Amino acid sequence: MSNVLVVLEFSDGKLKSSCLPGITCAKQIADANGGELHFLVLAADPASLAQGVASAGLGATTVHTMANPAFEPFTAEAWADGIVAAIRATNATAVGGTASSSLRDALPRAAALLDAPLTSEVTAVGANAVLTRPISAGRALLDQASSGAVSFFTARGAEFPATDSGGAAASIAVLAPVDVSARGVTVVDIQKTQSTRPALSEADVIVSGGRGMREGENFKILEELTDLLGGALGASRAATDAGMVPADLQVGQTGKIVAPNLYIAVAISGAIQHLAGMKGSNTIVAVNKDAEAPIFQVADYGLVGKWEDELPKIIALVKAVKAG
Amino acid sequence: MKILVTVKRIPDPDESLKFADGGVDYSSSKWVPNAFDEYAVETALRLAEVAGSKDRLAEVIVMSVCPQGQRQHVTQFLAMGADRGVVVDADDSTLDSIAISKLIAEVARREEVDLVIAGKLSQDNEGNQIPQRVGGLLDWPQACFAAEIRREKDARELTVSREVDDGVEIKKVPLPAVLSVDLRVVLPTSVSNGVTAADHRYQEGARLASLRGITMAKRKKVQIFTPDELGVQNSGSETTRAINPPPTRPSGQMVASAEELVEKLKTEAKVL
Repeated sequence: MSNVLVVLEFSDGKLKSSCLPGITCAKQIADANGGELHFLVLAADPASLAQGVASAGLGATTVHTMANPAFEPFTAEAWADGIVAAIRATNATAVGGTASSSLRDALPRAAALLDAPLTSEVTAVGANAVLTRPISAGRALLDQASSGAVSFFTARGAEFPATDSGGAAASIAVLAPVDVSARGVTVVDIQKTQSTRPALSEADVIVSGGRGMREGENFKILEELTDLLGGALGASRAATDAGMVPADLQVGQTGKIVAPNLYIAVAISGAIQHLAGMKGSNTIVAVNKDAEAPIFQVADYGLVGKWEDELPKIIALVKAVKAG
Repeated sequence: MKILVTVKRIPDPDESLKFADGGVDYSSSKWVPNAFDEYAVETALRLAEVAGSKDRLAEVIVMSVCPQGQRQHVTQFLAMGADRGVVVDADDSTLDSIAISKLIAEVARREEVDLVIAGKLSQDNEGNQIPQRVGGLLDWPQACFAAEIRREKDARELTVSREVDDGVEIKKVPLPAVLSVDLRVVLPTSVSNGVTAADHRYQEGARLASLRGITMAKRKKVQIFTPDELGVQNSGSETTRAINPPPTRPSGQMVASAEELVEKLKTEAKVL
């Protein structure tokens, strides 16, 4: 059997929706290999979490659970130990999930412990489970084949649809507890970004601002458009480096990779590293005073103009559309 | 304290790629240091030095896997202020992530370093996995995507703020440990070592080499190893089948006014 094991993450007792694209990718790998889809739940008390995902019918045949207080809060050290033990117990041949900050942290560590290859940020699954991933800020796509007893992957969330629920329920298998260790680390605090808006990775609409916004105060007009459209606020690296907005709003190779239905880039020139983070978006709108800005090369709709002039007009017009 | 910083040369990310025979032709590329590695060296120097004094709290060793005749980037980092270099003489494009990680782990063991600092990812390969692997191979704790690093005077632990999906996680790691750094680590007050004045502000970004640094760099020691000498072979478990250009986006249209834009978003793109 060549079964694929997906490492799941939970928040407030519920499966994180960011896991769903990773499950879709894993299902494609399982289908390409002729194997089954399995889930892994690592938690202090995984029973009810596992029950929830097993009954949701997300395409897995088995949900494996491993209980250990050291799994909470997340540390790459303890999770890598748990993942390695789970692979040994389940004989999975491929292991992965959505490329979240946690799995990017823990999976390569686990792969090293098993001397196994890892393909990061997978965007497509080909025949014989050859995995495609972007390199050089998305300017090239690399097709990678892996061999050996087990291989690892992380799937780029923006590139796979969310898995549907409502399929057959999965069975639950309790894995024997093993010793895991956080290697002496302590998670002191997790400072969550407070926002009433959807997460960048999940938003249907993103409005982003760049260096041309000049200062953080000017992002208020972008926030107005963002909230009008029910979207998330983003920014280019130039804007976050300048401290206009918090760093976790950054879209790009060095920030978040997003692919919303509508991406509106305001006063963003379009550096390669920014384009790498958003060019998978369905419809791209660019507003920039410089007609030569590279952002216009990827935009579906480009408007040359100052944001100070154009944004108030756009907001008024969108309000009129929304008012029907 | 000893700090090992991993550095890599990459084809200039601002040059366009030349696709040929199912791969990319880098033969005429200009090679530059990976930006995240510049941040890693800057981080190590801020941990090691006492700003405004010649005192050093740590030795900084830069390590690269590259053909030994093409190690200008190592010289550049020595000119920035690293103390010495280690070069593993090999064509890094022929080695996979498993092998590179083992080379780094082996050098860290032989040098008995207290800390390995790496950039979050290389701008060309974008694997984002080497530091995590090195942590696993050495069985050391790790703090990846570091945006802030604090060390108390003489402490055998670091407090690291890490960029995570929904905010910032603060993690205490005992030494020895492995760090990977994100770009905010080079803001003026992101790194403190407990000895440099708490209100000291560094320049934003990685420092430039001084003329004196450039002269000194030529005299600094660079030790050369081969992968064989370090007992590492390529794993052969990762194979690149092809490298292709991404599909191009159909070209868009320029609109003349905000009115035209919103009208088209409503009726043509149907996204409002």
